[in-house]
Amino acid sequence: MALTEMDFRLTDHEGNEVGPETLIGRPTMAFFGFTYCPDVCPTTLSDISGWLDDLGDEAKQLNVVFITVDPERDTVEAMAEYVSYFHPAIRGWTGPEGQIARIADGFRAAYERVPTEGGDYTMNHTASVFLFGAAGRFVTMIDYHEPREFAVPKIRRALEEETEGAT
Amino acid sequence: MKKIIMTGTLAALLTFGGLSVPALAGPVDVVVESAWSRASIGMNRPGAVYMTIRNTGDEPVTLIGLSTPLAMMPEIHETKTNAEGVSSMSAAGEIAIAPGESVALEPGGLHAMLMRLQQPMTEGETFPLTLLFVDGGEVTVEVPILGIAARGPED
Ligand SMILES: [Cu+2]
Repeated sequence: MALTEMDFRLTDHEGNEVGPETLIGRPTMAFFGFTYCPDVCPTTLSDISGWLDDLGDEAKQLNVVFITVDPERDTVEAMAEYVSYFHPAIRGWTGPEGQIARIADGFRAAYERVPTEGGDYTMNHTASVFLFGAAGRFVTMIDYHEPREFAVPKIRRALEEETEGAT
Repeated sequence: MKKIIMTGTLAALLTFGGLSVPALAGPVDVVVESAWSRASIGMNRPGAVYMTIRNTGDEPVTLIGLSTPLAMMPEIHETKTNAEGVSSMSAAGEIAIAPGESVALEPGGLHAMLMRLQQPMTEGETFPLTLLFVDGGEVTVEVPILGIAARGPED
């Protein structure tokens, strides 16, 4: 689904209201996860940080968004603290459960709450990184922990989509 | 009885090049290399530890569990990503290592999951993690705590 067809209202880690329109106009890299995630999420956010470092100045054209699938624990404050440890371009988005469900639906991302021992829970979730062009069109996905020699050219494709959209 | 975390004392006896952390003496012929973990935010979120476990002996060894004063519930976990790209985590059970072979605990695969932390994991500190083997043998390694965004043992 293109971003232009999506409908959701969330809050970023600085308390700003955000929606699909926040992303349109620049290419977007987005990832679903949760801050209580010990393995996949810090690995992906570190991978993303590394790709952004590789892209250098080009990275400044990108929206980079980490969307929680665990809004119960991931408040705006929790998201703000968490993203502060990674590349400064990464924005953290959270919101009411129903709105998280809508953005996940739009992205075709899956997530599921899984109880663990002692009354805790963890989240299974789509670990791929989504790429959209500046006009909001879906471009491609980067698989979980994909090596940067594959990931960075994919991001460049999303960046080039912007030029195509502009002509 | 709770043990006290020996931050810094054991660490001083060992060399951390970030590359090779010699295991403390135990009856098991196992060497643990490149152990590392990420700092935690507070104590509510679980931690993860990565390392390579090498069987240097002539007999197979089977890792059956973990213990550490840092966490009430340490467990070997495995992250799996299915064909739809959905990742999930579950207990890995026993891990057999053939003579001369090694098992890598690394991001996206196996990890030592530290649940119910007893104190926050602070960047720059270390903590002891004991690997428990089926024959009763134990190997303890001092695990360095790196930054939250660390990607590997050299970060
Ligand atoms: Cu785990």
